[in-house]
Amino acid sequence: MSERVAVRKTYKLFIGGKFPRSESGRSYLVQDSNVSLASRKDARDAVVAARAAAKGWAGATAYNRGQILYRVAEMLEGRREQFVALGVPADEVDAAVDRWVWYAGWSDKLPQVYGGANPVAGPYFNLSAPEPTGVVAAVAPETPALLGLVSVIAPAIVTGNTVVVAASPAAPLAAVTLAEVLATSDLPGGVVNILTGRLSETVPTLAAHMDVNAIDLTGVADAELAAELEVRAAENLKRVLRPAPADHDWHTDPGLTRMTTLLETKTVWHPKGT
Amino acid sequence: MFEYAPAPESRAIVDLRPSYGLFIDGEFVDGEDLHKTINPATEEVLAEVTWAGEADVDRAVRAARTAYEQVWGPMPGRDRAKYLFRIARLVQERSRELAVLESLDNGKPIRESRDVDLPLVAAHFFYYAGWADKLPYAGFGPDPKPLGVAAQVIPWNFPLLMLAWKIAPALAAGNTVVLKPAETTPLTALLFAEICQQADLPAGVVNIVTGAGDTGRALVEHPGVDKVAFTGSTEVGKAIARAVAGTRKKLTLELGGKAANIVYDDAPIDQAVEGIVNGIFFNQGHVCCAGSRLLVQESVAGEVLESLKRRMARLRVGDPLDKNTDVGAINSADQLARIRELSDAGSAEGAQRWSPPCELPERGFWFAPTIFTGVTQAHRVAREEIFGPVLSVLTFRTPAEAVEKANNTPYGLSAGIWTDKGSRILWTADRLRAGVVWANTFNKFDPTSPFGGYKESGYGREGGRHGLEGYLNV
Amino acid sequence: MTATATSARSDLSELGRSETALRTFLHGLPGVDQVGAEQRAAQLGTRSIKTTAKAQAIDLAIRMVDLTTLEGADTPGKVRALAAKALRPDPADPSCPHVGAVCVYPAMVPYVAEVLAGSGVHLASVATAFPSGQAPLEVKLADVRAAVAAGADEIDMVINRGAFLAGRYGEVYDEIVATKQACGDAHLKVILETGELATYDNVRRASWLGMLAGGDFIKTSTGKVPVAATLPVTLVMLEAVRDFRAATGRQVGVKPAGGIKTTKDAIKYLVMVNETVGADWLDPDWFRFGASSLLNDLLMQRTKLTTGVYAGPDYFTLD
Repeated sequence: MSERVAVRKTYKLFIGGKFPRSESGRSYLVQDSNVSLASRKDARDAVVAARAAAKGWAGATAYNRGQILYRVAEMLEGRREQFVALGVPADEVDAAVDRWVWYAGWSDKLPQVYGGANPVAGPYFNLSAPEPTGVVAAVAPETPALLGLVSVIAPAIVTGNTVVVAASPAAPLAAVTLAEVLATSDLPGGVVNILTGRLSETVPTLAAHMDVNAIDLTGVADAELAAELEVRAAENLKRVLRPAPADHDWHTDPGLTRMTTLLETKTVWHPKGT
Repeated sequence: MFEYAPAPESRAIVDLRPSYGLFIDGEFVDGEDLHKTINPATEEVLAEVTWAGEADVDRAVRAARTAYEQVWGPMPGRDRAKYLFRIARLVQERSRELAVLESLDNGKPIRESRDVDLPLVAAHFFYYAGWADKLPYAGFGPDPKPLGVAAQVIPWNFPLLMLAWKIAPALAAGNTVVLKPAETTPLTALLFAEICQQADLPAGVVNIVTGAGDTGRALVEHPGVDKVAFTGSTEVGKAIARAVAGTRKKLTLELGGKAANIVYDDAPIDQAVEGIVNGIFFNQGHVCCAGSRLLVQESVAGEVLESLKRRMARLRVGDPLDKNTDVGAINSADQLARIRELSDAGSAEGAQRWSPPCELPERGFWFAPTIFTGVTQAHRVAREEIFGPVLSVLTFRTPAEAVEKANNTPYGLSAGIWTDKGSRILWTADRLRAGVVWANTFNKFDPTSPFGGYKESGYGREGGRHGLEGYLNV
Repeated sequence: MTATATSARSDLSELGRSETALRTFLHGLPGVDQVGAEQRAAQLGTRSIKTTAKAQAIDLAIRMVDLTTLEGADTPGKVRALAAKALRPDPADPSCPHVGAVCVYPAMVPYVAEVLAGSGVHLASVATAFPSGQAPLEVKLADVRAAVAAGADEIDMVINRGAFLAGRYGEVYDEIVATKQACGDAHLKVILETGELATYDNVRRASWLGMLAGGDFIKTSTGKVPVAATLPVTLVMLEAVRDFRAATGRQVGVKPAGGIKTTKDAIKYLVMVNETVGADWLDPDWFRFGASSLLNDLLMQRTKLTTGVYAGPDYFTLD
C-alpha cells in the first residue's frame, strides 16, 4: 500500500480578505516552503485595501470589534497544533491567544481610560475621545514570529485602525497561517493585510505612502533602515512607533503605548445654555 | 455717529532694556550676534536681542542637563509644584506688563493679550502645577519618569501662551527645558525669564535662547536633548521630524491648519456670525486653528454672508494698544507678504474678494479683514494656510457634502459646527478628522482641554492629562 | 434683498390671521445660543469710552432717558417735580439736554402734561393694568384711552406673558393690535417682561410678535420683577429690530428698562446699539432707557467731564 501523497499548501499574501499571489509572480524559498515575495505594487494594493476597510471598521461599534478580536482568539486556540507543527513553541501560541483576548477587551474600555470630560473654566461641555488614526503600516518583529506579529496587529486594529503588516521575512509561515485564522474570524476583509517577502522592498513604499497614517517600525532591526523609514514617514507626518529593543521580552504586559500612539484624540466643545 | 475716542493702554508699565542676552543657567548672558526686534504696528525698534549660536545652545542644553540631574529630577513633585504655582502667581501679578509687552512685540490687540492670552498663561501654569505631585495618578503607570531635557521651539502668534503650553507640562513632569521663542517675538519670553528668577526657580531648569531658524535647528539637533516639542508651520515640522528620525528624542508637533467652520441652515445665525468672525479675525487670523474655510449651507448662504459683512464692517482695525481695537497689526513684513501673495492668488483664480472700508495706518504691517466668496476646493485660498485675516467662503447642500469638503485637506487641527440640532452636531463631530471640534462656539481654549491635530497638523496633544504624555517616558 | 423684503412684507402681514401661521413663523426664527449671546454682550461691555466719546455718550444717554416713577406713593407734587427735572436736568448748566420722556402711571399724566406742554419732552404712561396685565382686555384698553386722552403721547403696555408662555401667540398678538388701535396717534411700547420669558429664544419670538402686531418700541421690563433689563437680552432685541427692518422696511425702537443705574451701564448699552444696529438707532426716537436713578449718575459724570472734579450726590436734585 503506497503512502498517501500530501496536499501541500501554497503560502500566499493576504490582501483585502483574499489570498493573492504577488502580482510580480515571484516567490522565495523559506522554512522549506515557497512563499510569495511581495512587491512594491503589492504593498500599494494592500494600502488600498486597508483604506477601503478603514471607514467600516472604525465605524463598527467597540463591542463588535471586541467580539471579533475575541473570535480571533477562539479560532487561534483551535489551530494551536497547526502553529506548533510550524515550529512555533506551544507557550508562544498560548501567549498569542491570550494577547488577542487581552486586546479584545480593550475595544470598549480604552476610550474610557484614555478619554473623558475636561472641566474647562466656562459654561461648556468638553469631551475628549480617542479615534483611530486610519491606516497603519507595521513591521512585525523577526521573532517571536507569531506572538510578535499578534502584538503589532492587535493593538492597531482593536481601536479601529486597519493595518498592512510586513511579516517576518525569515519566518513567514506563522503569518500566513494567522491570515487563515483572521479570514475565518468575521474580521472584515482589508482590516488586516499581510505581506511576506523582503522588508527592503515593501516597507520603504509603505513608509513613504501618503495614504498611510502611521508606521510601526517594531520589527526593523537595522537602525539605519529604521532611521531612513522614519525620515520617509515624516513626509506626511505619520505617527511613528520606533523599533523595539532587540532584547524585548514579548511576554510582558504590553501597556497602552502601542494602542495610544496609533490614536488621535478628538476634543469636542459645546456651550451649555437654555 | 458715535465715534470712540482713542483709549490707549499706557506702555509706561513696560521697562525695556536696550538689549537682551540669553537666559542660560539662571543668568542673562550677553551675546554678540544682536538683532533688533520691532513693533510691527509702527516698525519702531523695541530692543535688541541675541541670536544664539551653536555654542550658546550647547551651553544651555548642558545647563538644563545638569539642572535635570542634580536639582529638578531628584526634587519631590510637591516642591516642583510650588515653583510652578509661584510662577503662575507672578504671571498674574505682572499680567498687565506682560500683556502690554506682548501687544508691543506681536501686534495683537491689547484686548486679546489682556483678556485671552494672559489669563490662559496663568491658568496653564496653575493647572500643570497641580499635576507635578500627582503623576502616578495620571494614567501612565504607577511611576512615570520624565524624559530629561526638552528642546522647545515656539511660534510668534501667541508667544507667551505657547511658552506656557510648553514649559508648564514639561516642568510638572520633571523635565528641564531650553526654549527658543520666535525671532520676531522674543521679548515676553525674556520677561518670563525674569519671572523665573523672581520665583527663585533653580538655575538651569528653564533656559531661553533667542534666535531664528539656525538657533532652532541647533537646539532640535543637539544630541543632548531627549524631547523635542515644536509649534509652527507644517513645513518646519516635517523637517524636525526628519531631523529626529532614528534618535531617542520624543517628538510632539503642533502645526498648521485649514479649519472648516460649518454653518448649517438651522444655526443660531447671530452667534454663528460671531463665531465666524472670532474664528478668522481673532489674533489677525494668526491662529493655527483659525476657521479659515467657512462652509455654509446654500439655503442660508445669502443671509449669513450679509450678516457677516455687516459685522466685519464693525471691526476696529488699528493701534494694538488701543483698548477698542479688534484687529491689530500683522506680525512681520514677511507674513504680510505671504498673506498678500495668497490673497492675490485668490483674486487671480477668480474668487470674489471683499473687505469692509477701513483705513489702515501708514507705518507698520497691516491687512484689512478680507473674505473671498465663490471659492471652490481647488482654489489656493481654500487649500493653503494663509495665517492671516482672510476667510474663504464655500457652500454645501447636504451634511455629507459638508463633512467631505471639511475633511478634504491634508490638515486636521480644528473644525466648527453650527446647528441647533443636537444629533446633527454629534453626527458631524464624529466624522470630522480634526483634533478640536467646536460646536456652536469657536476658538475656545482651556488648560484642561487637550489640543492638537490629526494628519499633517501634527501629533501629540497639549493641555489636559493628555499633555503630560509628551513629557513622560511612556 | 429688495425682492425678498417686498415678498416678506406681504407674507408677514398675513401672519396674525392664524395661530398656526404665527407659531410656524416664530418657531422658525433662528435660535439664540445663550453662551454665545452673553459672551458677545460681555465683549461689547469691555469697550473703553473716554473723553470726547464719553461726553457725547452722556449727553445722548440723557436725551434717551425715560425718567420714570411708578410708585403707589406717587403724588401730583412728586410727578411735577420729576417733570421739572426732565426739562432741566442740571439747573446749573443750561447746555445740559432735556431727557427723552417722563414715564408715570395714567392717573399722574395730567399733572405731568401741564409741566411738559410744548417742551419736546414726551409723556409716557404705563397703561394696560401695569405691571401684571391681569385685567380684562376692555379695562386695559380703557386704561390706554384714558392715558392718551389725558395727554400721554407714548403708551407702555405689558404683554400677556401667561398666554405667551402657554403658546397662545394669537391671543398676545390680538391684544397688542387692540392696544395699538386704542393708542391712536400715541406711540406704543410693548413690554415683553423678559425676566419672565426665561430664554433668549422666547425674547426673540416675543420681540417679533410685538413688532408684527404693530408695536413702535419693544421694551424689556416693567421694573417690577426681579430680573429687569440685561445687556444680552437687549442684544437679542436689537438683533430682532434690525432683522425686522430688513424684512419689512419698518424701524422699531428698543427700550431697556430697570436696573440701569450708572453711566458705565448706560454707555455699555450705547456701545451695543452702535455696534449691533448702528447710527440709525442712536437717537431718542429709537432707543430709550427706562430709569430713574440713572439720570443723576449721568449728571455727575457730565459735571466731572466739564470740571475735572468728581461730583457728589448733594449737588444734584433728588427728584
